[in-house]
Amino acid sequence: MTASDDSGSLGLARWYDLFSRGARDWLRHDEKVREAVREHLPKIIANGDVINDSARSVRVPVRMLEHYHFRLRNPGDSQGVGQGEAKPGDVLADGTPDHGSHKGEGGQGDGGIQLMLEIKIDDIVDWLWEEMQLPNLKARVGPSDDSDWVREGWDRRGARSRLDRRRSVKELVKRQGLGGPKTFTDEDLRFRQLARRRQPAVHAVVFFMLDVSGSMSDRDRKLAKTFFFWVVQGLRREYRSLETVFVAHTTEAWEFVETDFFQVTGTGGTVASTGLNKVREIIDARFNPARHNVYLFYASDGDNSIGDHAPAQEALDDIATKACFSGYVEVASGLSRQLATETGRLFGDAAANDQPVASYVIDDFDGVWGAVRHFFSAEAKALGPA
Amino acid sequence: MSEPITGPAGDWRSYVRNMEDLAARSGMKFDPVEFEAVPDTFMMEIAVYGLPVRMPHWSFGVRYIYQLIQRNMGNSRLFEVVFPGNPGHAYLSNGNGLAENVLVTAHVLGHADFSRNNLLFRRCQAQVSEHIVEHAASHARQISQAIETHGPQRVEAALDAALALEQHIDIDQRLRRERYPEFLPDAKALVDDEFRRRFASLDPVAAHGAFETRKRAPVPPHPERDLLWFMAHYAPEMESWERDIFLAVREESFYFYPVFATQIMNEGWASYWHARLLREADFVPPQAYVDAIKCHSDVVRPMASDQQIALAVNPYHLGFSLWEKIIESHGMEAARRIMQEDDDFGFVRNHLTREMAEELGLFRFAARSDGQIKVMERDLNGLHEALLAPKYNFGAPNIAVSQLRNDGSLELEHDHVTDGRGIDVERSRKVLEYIRRVWRRPVTLHTVDQAGAALALAAP
Repeated sequence: MTASDDSGSLGLARWYDLFSRGARDWLRHDEKVREAVREHLPKIIANGDVINDSARSVRVPVRMLEHYHFRLRNPGDSQGVGQGEAKPGDVLADGTPDHGSHKGEGGQGDGGIQLMLEIKIDDIVDWLWEEMQLPNLKARVGPSDDSDWVREGWDRRGARSRLDRRRSVKELVKRQGLGGPKTFTDEDLRFRQLARRRQPAVHAVVFFMLDVSGSMSDRDRKLAKTFFFWVVQGLRREYRSLETVFVAHTTEAWEFVETDFFQVTGTGGTVASTGLNKVREIIDARFNPARHNVYLFYASDGDNSIGDHAPAQEALDDIATKACFSGYVEVASGLSRQLATETGRLFGDAAANDQPVASYVIDDFDGVWGAVRHFFSAEAKALGPA
Repeated sequence: MSEPITGPAGDWRSYVRNMEDLAARSGMKFDPVEFEAVPDTFMMEIAVYGLPVRMPHWSFGVRYIYQLIQRNMGNSRLFEVVFPGNPGHAYLSNGNGLAENVLVTAHVLGHADFSRNNLLFRRCQAQVSEHIVEHAASHARQISQAIETHGPQRVEAALDAALALEQHIDIDQRLRRERYPEFLPDAKALVDDEFRRRFASLDPVAAHGAFETRKRAPVPPHPERDLLWFMAHYAPEMESWERDIFLAVREESFYFYPVFATQIMNEGWASYWHARLLREADFVPPQAYVDAIKCHSDVVRPMASDQQIALAVNPYHLGFSLWEKIIESHGMEAARRIMQEDDDFGFVRNHLTREMAEELGLFRFAARSDGQIKVMERDLNGLHEALLAPKYNFGAPNIAVSQLRNDGSLELEHDHVTDGRGIDVERSRKVLEYIRRVWRRPVTLHTVDQAGAALALAAP
């Protein structure tokens, strides 16, 4: 090869000009990092900061992976050999009190590069679905006046912009096989055709109902918000148009827009039936349960006034017949009472009556993951036989 | 001067023949070398993988990124990479100027002389064959095929384990080893004499038994340092393609060992020869000579030009200085014999004398964990050991298989007495996890903790 030509001359590119093994293995490393991040999904999900109104991705700091080898334990003190003008006893670097702890964090010797990995929220939701092995939810389908253009078949005539090059080349090749001329003719060209098709309605409306009475702390509300966020993400996956309705209640109930909803604080007692009745009202006024998939998620600390049991029960029963699914999440950052609360019992009774209802307790941010999983599996079960 | 001195690849090739002739006249003995100029990007990959074509693994991707960052910071530049063999393969960066390439050609011939004559190199090459470049490429192909057949995850699991253990070979054994004998050697054959017959007549059962029973030998019969070989041959549930991966990694390690264990000698030898050949090469135009010598002094300088003290030793500089001294005081013939017979351990201990150490300004320092660095008392043996410590046992802790139990579980023993301390617990657990995934039975490693108490680590 001594006399071989310089690489890069003419079209004789060598394989290493075209392919980088280093880059290939680097991509595999990246993939592994993603897998590792995926294993920590609950942590990412629990991170309340994830939820920005416009954010479609999450940034996660990660360290480069290390391929481990057996190594001797780091000695506290080590020896080395240097070169230069130095006499025994010379101190070349001063010890600093906090240097040790700095070094102990590891990876310093390797340059300790940190990467910021950007993960799409859609990907996370995909992973959640895979992780939970949920069957895709069945949507309630109704007739619709929606229609849409769908791609259907090919034709020899059409607008230039719809020319299907791949298909046209295939035609050319076919014809060449039969011994035709070697250049394109009009006969080869294929154009994509569109047809108008009616789309079945796949609409969903999700009611988020939050107890904002005096006993709900900021932390409780943040827990609820994080949970709500991932529920919306999960449902958006299934429905092309998802409407959201936000209801807050104390002893009264109000409807809010999303941005205000989480800012609301109230004082005073808790009467769940006011909220539930508000939801009922809105369903009756604006949504047709035959054509809409209705979901209700209710977050509360569980304290409901005793006298409200009967009205709340009645309201919930009515909603449960109209909704695909109702979920109750008890945020209990203080002591967890495991649903042994007034509201817990309310939903527990409904679930016992075979209604599509489920309850769950979240006591900290790690619990959000469990709750999301719990609800979607319960919901899938509720919808499964349908 | 009409001839361009620098510029991509210049026409250094025209000097290769002259340089080879000059080298042969100077008493160097080397196999032919094929030179190839390649882009910097490819040079970098060769440095990362250690071989021009090598098996895929994500850990190389990590090294690649570090190398890329280093290069972008302008810290390192590779002039050449050479692979011993017959023929040898030398890759030169096509970013080198003419002067650099002339220097590099001479340097490569120095390496070729070294690898052809050094006994450690010859022994390893005799086993690995003189075609490591081709072998590594065929390993890479074999592994790509395995990926196609068995899927990337399973192949990666095998490579995770095998490459994590790449330093754990036994260089004193042959590359191709027989399995252990299955039975213990027979007790000393009994002579069929008068006494024996009389004894047998007294207790026929016992006498007979002594002849018949053969004892199954324990596995391994002695602590086994070649973890890759042991796993490839004795893993209870590994599939044959997984064993092949272990053996492929092991073969490459046999190739890498002499490169690792003679680095100071080898780089020093090549540096000595490029300096000398360049001095004697009357066919090189004067300007190129000056440029090349400048480049030489950059390569063999002990520390960056703006520094007074370096906390590391440049092996090029150390090796170069030692060889110059040896050749000056004992002559070329003696130097060639040393080059043949030594590795870095013998070379440093025998030839880095007190005077040399002082002349080079080598000193030993103690680095405390709080960051303080203090120069230590002069002590030649201490200096040798501090220089060589990172090179023992391929730079890895001494770990050997102590027992393969009947249920297939694997017991590893760390020789903490030789190594002077225990092993890094976190990392070792991860390695045990890699091993566990292909061994598929329990794996335990015995070492000591910080206080010196026995510690058994198991794969989670």
